[in-house]
Amino acid sequence: MSIARPTDDLPAPFAGWFSARGWRVRAHQRALVAEAAAARDALLIAPTGAGKTLAGFLPSLIELATRGRPNAPGRRLHTLYVSPLKALAVDVHRNLEIPVAEMGLDLRIETRTGDTPAARRLRQRRSPPDILLTTPEQVSLLLASPDSAHLFADLKRVIVDELHAISHSKRGDLLCLGLARLRALAPAMRATGLSATVRDPDELARWLTGGAPARIVRAAGGAAPDLAMLEAREELPWAGHSARHALADIYRAIEGARLALVFVNTRAQAEFTFQALWRINEQGLPIALHHGSLDAGQRRKVEAAMAAGKLRAVVCTSTLDLGIDWGDVDLVINVGAPKGASRLTQRIGRANHRLDEPSRALLAPSNRFEALECVAAIEAARAGAQDTPVLRSGALDVLCQHILGSACAAPFAADALYANVVSAAPYATLARETFDRALDFAATGGYALKAYDRFAKIKQTKNGLWRIANARIAQTYRMNVGTIVEADMLKVRLVRAVRAKAQAGAPLYTGAVTRAGRVLGEIEEYFLETLAPGDTFLFGGEILSLVGIVENEAHVQRSAGDAPKIPSYAGGKFPLSTYLAERVRAMLADPKQWRKLPREVRDWLRLQARRSVLPDAGNLLVETFARGGRHFLVCYPFEGRLAHQTLGMLLTRRLERSGMKPLGFVANDYALAAWGLADLAHADMDALFASDMLGDDLEEWLQESALMKRTFRNCAIISGLVARRAPGSEKTGRQTTISTDLVYDVLRRHQPGHILLEAAYEDAATGLLDIARLSDMLTRIEGRITHKALDRVSPLAVSVMLEIGREPVYGEARDETLRHAAEELAREAR
Amino acid sequence: MNIATRVRDSAIEVAGAALTPDPSGALYAPDARALIVADLHLEKGSAFARRGQLLPPYDTAATLARLAQAIARWSPGLVVALGDSFHDSAGPDRLGAEDFSALAALQRGREWLWIAGNHDPDLPARAGGDRAAEWRLGPLAFRHEPARGRATGEIAGHLHPVALVGGRRRAFVTDGHRLVMPAFGAYAGGLSLHHPALAGLFSGRRIAHVLGHDRVYAVCASRCG
Repeated sequence: MSIARPTDDLPAPFAGWFSARGWRVRAHQRALVAEAAAARDALLIAPTGAGKTLAGFLPSLIELATRGRPNAPGRRLHTLYVSPLKALAVDVHRNLEIPVAEMGLDLRIETRTGDTPAARRLRQRRSPPDILLTTPEQVSLLLASPDSAHLFADLKRVIVDELHAISHSKRGDLLCLGLARLRALAPAMRATGLSATVRDPDELARWLTGGAPARIVRAAGGAAPDLAMLEAREELPWAGHSARHALADIYRAIEGARLALVFVNTRAQAEFTFQALWRINEQGLPIALHHGSLDAGQRRKVEAAMAAGKLRAVVCTSTLDLGIDWGDVDLVINVGAPKGASRLTQRIGRANHRLDEPSRALLAPSNRFEALECVAAIEAARAGAQDTPVLRSGALDVLCQHILGSACAAPFAADALYANVVSAAPYATLARETFDRALDFAATGGYALKAYDRFAKIKQTKNGLWRIANARIAQTYRMNVGTIVEADMLKVRLVRAVRAKAQAGAPLYTGAVTRAGRVLGEIEEYFLETLAPGDTFLFGGEILSLVGIVENEAHVQRSAGDAPKIPSYAGGKFPLSTYLAERVRAMLADPKQWRKLPREVRDWLRLQARRSVLPDAGNLLVETFARGGRHFLVCYPFEGRLAHQTLGMLLTRRLERSGMKPLGFVANDYALAAWGLADLAHADMDALFASDMLGDDLEEWLQESALMKRTFRNCAIISGLVARRAPGSEKTGRQTTISTDLVYDVLRRHQPGHILLEAAYEDAATGLLDIARLSDMLTRIEGRITHKALDRVSPLAVSVMLEIGREPVYGEARDETLRHAAEELAREAR
Repeated sequence: MNIATRVRDSAIEVAGAALTPDPSGALYAPDARALIVADLHLEKGSAFARRGQLLPPYDTAATLARLAQAIARWSPGLVVALGDSFHDSAGPDRLGAEDFSALAALQRGREWLWIAGNHDPDLPARAGGDRAAEWRLGPLAFRHEPARGRATGEIAGHLHPVALVGGRRRAFVTDGHRLVMPAFGAYAGGLSLHHPALAGLFSGRRIAHVLGHDRVYAVCASRCG
């Protein structure tokens, strides 16, 4: 518990308010007041339920209560609060109004989000409130307005909430550049960061302040969490992600709780689990579903029902990881792999926001590999280990956007802007040469071929300042600000096929004349583009079969089958963290630790030891064997699905070149299996896994990789190369913009060193392709490969091979598919 | 086996006339030694730049380079550009010096016919070559926009067909009576085979001749998403 002291040293209304409620000021709340009084930046690290938000605002409330009325009404803004979630800003506003009203403080507090009407936003700029609660995107917008210097001149404090959730993303990069700009406009401003527990608080403190000393305040931790594996009565399956075997036990756990949050990793799992729970819901318990592609209105309803205590369980994805406390959650059930220790700890924190009671959480693995991961995560969480991502260097596409935004606010000198940019921690090591290229990009596109001088977006004035070329550029910037890039979505429409007319030469395909029906929702275009007509997938709780794609709609029919052919999003967005992977590897190598594992997992490992060998902590185990007329190669790097997918792409290229006739591969978080027509046991493993595959092989693959093109698309949009929204156009981006895939192909061939390609490669290294992690792995295992040539499949390999056909690699356009389709036609003709 | 030998196997028959699709998206008519390309959309990048989207200014060079390869493969005596050859009629005046000489080099020693498109109804003299609204070859009529209703022997562009089969790929579409060509330009977008504007043109069974890496694959349209 936090140490409580009397409240006499607080100003009268505050001391009175605390004692009237029977509260004592917590140590960390007092510490933040002290840091503010000493005009220092502060980072508060606190678990949920520690009164973090009140602590953040207390110094501002005290200052505002004791200061005189400011003379200039336009320079009133004292505190800016930034939250990554709109809903959280609104909720904090509501909670803040209570003490302000009860103490009778004369303050204006307002919220500003994308939903705020334009008239009020304009008024907020002319006559700002004392405290403004907003989002990172709105901070960028305010900073890009011509009156920003005036608006922020007297700003005293910025409070950044849920800092751990934003600091290592592109949104964080943009916000951090914004903070640097705010410090330049308001030298008296101090920053307060509010964060959950992280791996490296010093790193986060530097992010917040740009290097000046920030005091780190730690709130006392609450009771240790009550964590356990869910004991399922049915046997833990070899593979799969449904946790079907544990549903009855999950249901019983829900029955025993007041309100349970059932976290799953993907939308598809959420859909499946929700449906399956309702099938066995004999008590008719109110169980709801909450995930990101549900309609926002629907989500608000679920949240309100939670808050009103009308629900017993909510099946949810990471959409409920952050933010507001909806209702009295007393149990968290994490279905599937937890992926990271910090992630798990934060999810557990969603149960029971009272510090003195332990949070209760159950982990339900859906297969044997996940059971290993769950045990490792439970131990890590009990030990308080943290594996939040390492801070990355600032993204170049974000820098390009920021440069244009700076010109929208006021003409700038390149030297001064560079100095300001490198005062933001993610950009501290940015070379001047790189900055100049970003500036060149913002001006004329950054092309070696100087074709666009007359179309420049920013131009240099006679005295050397960079200014915006015209008002339309500024308007386009404002309409596209931010770093959240939505995937291109297609509407999913249920259609009834019209029967083909029975006449000679009648079209077999009737796509154009199907009758339009109900729209079921939206789904990512890149996913649908990998399907062929007739492929089935799960969406909105139903199994659908694709009829065809027409304009921006996917036409589908209900399918009679009971298992979808294509399991959308089976793996989830987040790969297994490096830290957990190490723990899993260590556990595997040490049979003494196996008693913590479920019985069937122990038996599985023992069998593996007998039939093959166990992967150990340092070496890479590679198994080869033949099965069903094909030759398999299975390896166990434990580096996460993304790195394994990239490895799979590169390995198959290599095998192809050495005449081993590979046919395909499948990857999960733990292992990779490739198969082909030639006996892979004859491959030179050291050569096959040599790290030089990250040279030419990677280059060649990147040329056509759909994942790389998706990465580039994000960079092109964030940097402002293509505008999703343009002035005077109410159309969706699709008609007004160009396919970034085409731009990628042209740019790659004609200017491979362009700054946006550089930005995309950097993203790919840590993002969808996880090249950085793959590279570390290849270096780690050099000369340390254990090759076992087996006469049959090993127990561990079974769990990987069961994924074959369930885990497609999306969007890799290879001519094979095309050749098969052509052969079909040829057969028909015979 | 070089591409030219390989593609000879994959002929397209339209109204009884045999044509050869090239994996670049061009079409070769052996009887007239003519190479036909549709929707080059040259200078689309600079057209976007004028409106504030500074796309890489290399699209014209990329398109012309691919066209040069196809011309080298077939050595045609005539090149027919089936309309929307420039993204707008002012496009030729924006051609950079290098792109201008690349185009002139392609035109040298052969006939060159610009068919008018909706994007480029009147090209200035700087584009070189001859102009026409339509070109005929035996039973075949080559024009930019497909005519409404039945049009036996018509070969048109304008619609930029794309097939979804193992990814998004450009394709020729035909039912044996008429043919719609894929767009050739580096920045030209695509339209699904099942879009009413495309699907509505055909009465017979549709075959998509899909552009692969180094050959063209004939696929039944119903097999494509």
